[in-house]
Amino acid sequence: MSDGFIELRNIRKVFAGVVALDAMSLVIKPGEIHCLAGENGSGKSTVIKIMSGVYQPDGGEILIDGRTMPGMSPIEAIAHGVQVIYQDFSLFGNLTVAENLAMNVHLGEKRRLMNWRRTRAIAREAVDRLGVELDLDAEVASLPTAGKQLVAIARALMSDARLIIMDEPTTALTRKEVETLFRIVRDIQARGIAILFVSHKMREMLEISERITVIRNGRKVAEGPTGGFDEALITRHMTGSDILNEPYVWTPPPGPPPVPRLEIRSLTVPGKCEDLSLAIRPGEIVGLSGLLGSGRTDLALALFGMVPRYQGEILIDGAPVRLRTTQEAIDAGIAYVPEDRLSEGLFLPQSIKRNMLATSYERLARRLVIDRGQAEEMTQGMVRAMQIATPTAEKPVMQLSGGNQQRVVLARWLLTDARVLILNGPTVGVDVGSKAEIHAKIRELAQHHGLAVLMISDDVLELVQNCNRIVLMHRGRFIEDLPAADVTEETVSDRLKTFT
Amino acid sequence: MALLRRSETVIAGILLLAMVLIGTINPAFWQLDNLFSLMRSNVIIGIMAMGVLLVLISGGIDVSFPAFAVAAMYLTIKGMLALGYNGVVLPLLAATLMGLAFGAVNGFFVYKFRMIPLIVTLGTSAMVRGFLLGIVGTSMININKMPTALIDFARTDVVSVTKADSTTYGLTAMVLIYLGLALAMHLVLRYTMIGRSAYALGGDPEAARRAGFDLRKTIFFIYCVAGALAGFAGLLHSGMIWLANPRDFVGLELDVIAAVVLGGASIFGGRGSVLGTMLGVFMLVMVKNSLIIMRVDTTWQLVVVGLIVIAATALSAWRDRRRAA
Repeated sequence: MSDGFIELRNIRKVFAGVVALDAMSLVIKPGEIHCLAGENGSGKSTVIKIMSGVYQPDGGEILIDGRTMPGMSPIEAIAHGVQVIYQDFSLFGNLTVAENLAMNVHLGEKRRLMNWRRTRAIAREAVDRLGVELDLDAEVASLPTAGKQLVAIARALMSDARLIIMDEPTTALTRKEVETLFRIVRDIQARGIAILFVSHKMREMLEISERITVIRNGRKVAEGPTGGFDEALITRHMTGSDILNEPYVWTPPPGPPPVPRLEIRSLTVPGKCEDLSLAIRPGEIVGLSGLLGSGRTDLALALFGMVPRYQGEILIDGAPVRLRTTQEAIDAGIAYVPEDRLSEGLFLPQSIKRNMLATSYERLARRLVIDRGQAEEMTQGMVRAMQIATPTAEKPVMQLSGGNQQRVVLARWLLTDARVLILNGPTVGVDVGSKAEIHAKIRELAQHHGLAVLMISDDVLELVQNCNRIVLMHRGRFIEDLPAADVTEETVSDRLKTFT
Repeated sequence: MALLRRSETVIAGILLLAMVLIGTINPAFWQLDNLFSLMRSNVIIGIMAMGVLLVLISGGIDVSFPAFAVAAMYLTIKGMLALGYNGVVLPLLAATLMGLAFGAVNGFFVYKFRMIPLIVTLGTSAMVRGFLLGIVGTSMININKMPTALIDFARTDVVSVTKADSTTYGLTAMVLIYLGLALAMHLVLRYTMIGRSAYALGGDPEAARRAGFDLRKTIFFIYCVAGALAGFAGLLHSGMIWLANPRDFVGLELDVIAAVVLGGASIFGGRGSVLGTMLGVFMLVMVKNSLIIMRVDTTWQLVVVGLIVIAATALSAWRDRRRAA
């Protein structure tokens, strides 16, 4: 009755009392491109690990070619043609492309000696089969992400694969690289190999897949041909609710125009950006976009005191300030949420409390000791105000979801009485549900606390929906300053495309 | 082009430059007897460096090999004296096996308990030295009692030259043993799967596990070989200096690790070669030797070795970061 290559039936998986998967079913037909969509923590990775034999299900069954596979091991899964390309690619950066490709063959044959000529021959064949150009003698660490991915794909194809599972394959790729990847994926499909694309990026799923299965809280909530889905529908299935997309409106208060919270006058960072002038008034959310290298991050860093050699003037609430160190920027009321919050913004193994108070300790220190009572009070208040889902503020930040982590960063800056909030890629790597909540939080901060927000993002839709103005930057200069009400995602994207 | 980018070429270039520099300051440097004595000083450090290279490639570190070397050496010679045995092959084999057994202890803790190699080897090093001095003895065995076969063996020269004043000097045949072991290590690292597994483990342990390497085998192999080479070198050393001192080799780990890192091996694992290591050993020995010729105090030699470790590590860390970028 089943026409699938691999089928999961009512799979259940429990980890230490927590149900990760419950009644999860999934059918992948031979040679199809299938998308598994779900938010972070919905159980996607558990599904991958069950299909590749890494985890044994606690209930339900796995069928391959219609036959049940009780207690399938990773080796059995591979023998049946199931290959996984992990997000980290599982490659050896210190070895050459050729050796990475041939390693599994050598290991599979249980060889003791290393035959370099044969290694090259195996690798050459693998690369030719994929139909790409790769320098076999290059060290893998020296390749760009897209190149590493090609090596991983070529390696997966070597072992008579029938299904290749790709875990978030587009995360670190540029748009052009994504297009190349999609071409390769269709190529692989043409050889009768099925692809399972695991992702939370809606547009990409709709573009590449033939069928979609949506998973939420460990259960399948929707399944069908891609034609029957659109972004809104997938979002609704993934989050279980509709996400409102009201544009952000900022109305200047009556009377004379208020003094800008942040004003920059002919700001120049030598070699990076030139003659930038901009004013952001209390309550405004100004979007900033531009290609990588346009100078947008340099501007943010200059405002946060990390480029002491800038020229020009910076004014906070009308008073000129000189920002030579981050401490001066913090004292001036500027808060910066960096692009990579995980490596730059948070102390992952430390508690929520310590992370929130990281920039407030100086204020909390009465003479020499920290006022513990006040510290506790401030933390509790913030956990409530930011609606961080945690039983206690002592929990290490790394155990929180991406959305909650981002809220901890925001909370930290609110505690410093920031007046200007600079966000660099505020929702990169955050799933749809949390994204909406973070956006709501940012709007609330601007609207009710009178913050001036500068939101830097590649996600044009995010800017259009949440900013009242959008500034486009190119080669270190501001090119345009558009009222968000007058633009759509398409017009801004088209404008950005003309910058090359 | 590719040759120029290899770190061995760079190290060889620096080495040559240093030799010219030292030779200019002190022309005696280029005299044959000085060069022979330099090569002689390479042997023991070089053999131990082969083991340390293997450990570093796998992403580990070993500071216990001097302790293993001294224990294997002292126990073997004590045993020879007790049994009245006077030979070469069997004692060398015994010392090698003892070193191997000590190394297996390192391997056990590193593999079984996933412990940090630095801590494991610090611990085993202290214990082995402690047991040796506490149980076996603290007295030196000097030329009067040393087994003659060992001394005679270590005295063998490949070539010998008679000077004008009718004194002779020569190049020790121990250099051939060193070269042989280095060649063997090169072949193992380059042409065997176990050698490649050390590189894989040092490159990405998780990926190595997923790929299906038998990491238990790899880790035991690495630490056993490092121990075995240390044991072998320890006994050879005592034959070369006609003395078995149970407190020997203190602080040698710094010299050897410095030499290996100087030779281009990455302290983070995954990179390193035999040729580079041999060049690194030569450079270190040469620098120390020149400091002695220039009458620099031993305490200042320590400063130089420390500087070399830090500079070489910083350089290789910078190189690795640039490659990854």
